[in-house]
Amino acid sequence: MDLQTTIYLVVGASFALYIGIAFWARAGSTSEFYVAGGGVGPRVNGMATAADWMSAASFISMAGLISNMGYGGGLFLMGWTGGYVLLALLLAPYLRKFGKFTVPQFIGDRFYSKTASTVAVVCLLTASITYVIGQMTGVGVAFSRFLGVSSETGIYVGMGIVFVYAVMGGMKGITYTQVAQYIVLIFAYTVPAVFISLHLTGNPIPQLGLGSDLVGTDISLLQKLDQIAIDLGFGQYTTTTAGSTLNMFVYTLSLMIGTAGLPHVIMRFFTVPTVADARSSAGWALVFIAILYTTAPAVAGMAKYNLISTVNTAVATNGDLYAADSSLEVAKKPDWMARWEKTGLLKFEDKNGDGRIQYYNDKTKNADVLAKAEAAGWKGNELTVNADIIVLANPEIALLPNWVIALVAAGGLAAALSTAAGLLLAISSAISHDLVKGVFNPNISEKGELMAGKIAMAVSIVIAGYLGLNPPGFAAGTVALAFGIAASSLFPAIMMGIFSKKMNKEGAIAGMLAGLAITLFYVFAHKGVFFIKGTDFLPLIGGPNPFFGITPEAFGAVGALVNFIVAFTVDKFTKEPPEHIQHLVESVRTPRGAKAVDGAH
Amino acid sequence: MDKSGEAYWKATLGLLTKILAVWFLVSFGAGILFVDLFNQIHLGGYPLGFWFAHQGSIYIFVALIFYYAKKMGEIDRKFDVHEE
Repeated sequence: MDLQTTIYLVVGASFALYIGIAFWARAGSTSEFYVAGGGVGPRVNGMATAADWMSAASFISMAGLISNMGYGGGLFLMGWTGGYVLLALLLAPYLRKFGKFTVPQFIGDRFYSKTASTVAVVCLLTASITYVIGQMTGVGVAFSRFLGVSSETGIYVGMGIVFVYAVMGGMKGITYTQVAQYIVLIFAYTVPAVFISLHLTGNPIPQLGLGSDLVGTDISLLQKLDQIAIDLGFGQYTTTTAGSTLNMFVYTLSLMIGTAGLPHVIMRFFTVPTVADARSSAGWALVFIAILYTTAPAVAGMAKYNLISTVNTAVATNGDLYAADSSLEVAKKPDWMARWEKTGLLKFEDKNGDGRIQYYNDKTKNADVLAKAEAAGWKGNELTVNADIIVLANPEIALLPNWVIALVAAGGLAAALSTAAGLLLAISSAISHDLVKGVFNPNISEKGELMAGKIAMAVSIVIAGYLGLNPPGFAAGTVALAFGIAASSLFPAIMMGIFSKKMNKEGAIAGMLAGLAITLFYVFAHKGVFFIKGTDFLPLIGGPNPFFGITPEAFGAVGALVNFIVAFTVDKFTKEPPEHIQHLVESVRTPRGAKAVDGAH
Repeated sequence: MDKSGEAYWKATLGLLTKILAVWFLVSFGAGILFVDLFNQIHLGGYPLGFWFAHQGSIYIFVALIFYYAKKMGEIDRKFDVHEE
């Protein structure tokens, strides 16, 4: 069977599974629609959270980023997992005890203010919508790369699939499809990694393989990688940092706080039966996430070694990397290179016309490398590799059978669809529950609200699809913005609501607005106001990264700090919250009396 | 809040402080601030600081959450505020 047919079969089967689950898990009440009836066990919820959390970016792009960045890529690994410690310790159990459907509802009730909940809704919608655009384009990209259809067709098919299970099943349908999607994506990620690790190091466990010796030698993989990376001007793999140490520190912290504050992740913890389950469920979520996140750096390091040693044959023989016959002859390049060249993700240009491929960092500051390259007659790097290749082409680089390639296609789609569905639920529940029921029509019936929820979901899918088809001229900035907003507005507000009995509505609202404003200001200064090209205003703030060299992606933690400072200052000069709110905080802090989650305002 | 409620909250905050200290030390400490120092030591083929940044922190995070869940359960029962 040829590759294309196999991919269609495997992806088709996975879609049939998701739709089958959708029919089985239809939602008949608002409780089922918002929180899956509140009866999801901690392990099942953990698995669904993992799929919810791991997006197309985690699945397709992260290993490639780490491969390029080396040690500095660890900020994604630590940042996107360390947030779960904050979520488990500081937010999840208390929000579960509070026992309502949405994050803005907690903020509105705790700060006894419709304004506070409306500000929270605005933050939630901005964060989730920017995030979902990235997922929809991810769905389109995955379709077009694997199924040979246009990216537009891919987005329409993706919208259709999500529509079926998200509108019919709400949280209930999404939870059980996410479990299925997790299983698909984790197999798709780990199977190629196991084979590659086995091939390179003889150790089938990638996490151990990365720390092992190369097969047939007594030199460790990382040591060899460091050596060839330095020789070719890429910088030592195990020590290259992302910017300064301070930037890496703040960037990691921002991702952690942002992770803990993302509403589509938080709301998954409303589905478990008890407070104790909310605690352990965060642990299970991280177990399932860690399986991918500890495999990713192994994939990154091994793929880098594989790529360099494919292009430069002297790597394996310990020969001279700069010898004329070390570089790969164009005529002998492997099939996967030709295949991915067609997609534009891999580009080759024979700059010195010697019929061979030279791959090195021609922008290095290492004079030794530049001198050697010049002496060898190299006229610049000839191979450009898109970071996504590292995962997408992995099975082919390792010469794995067609079904593994098909599995990776299904896995990439599962990752994008599961995250999109979770975000869409966060968006639609904020609209139907916090705006329609909370603000505009408090007397709406249960049936009416369920219908409103489904309509909001359907409209959100259409809008997300539209934005995915016509991305507003910004691609990479969006996810950073989502994390920045979650970190600077939602996380501090929720945390102060639980850990400070005296925090009042004035403080919380001022804090959220200040955190949001300063973060948006810093991001927009670099990337343009609402990412519109030409509206950036860097000269006004003194050039790029003016705040201690911190990049805009890393700014969320600073925004959070501003939020806390403003909130406590305003709180000092305004009157303390009413007695019954202080009792509410006391009751949120203790698990006893936790009841099934309901939506009553 | 009554006496036992205050003591319960104090015990909770004590546990959180301990766990967050470890959380900070393994990731921001060993993985970022003191990474060069830790890289002097090797764990198999891994420089130790690099290992903390790419592997170790994640394992320890998982262990921390389960430890927290277990200890909180004990504190809940000790102060008689656990769920029935």
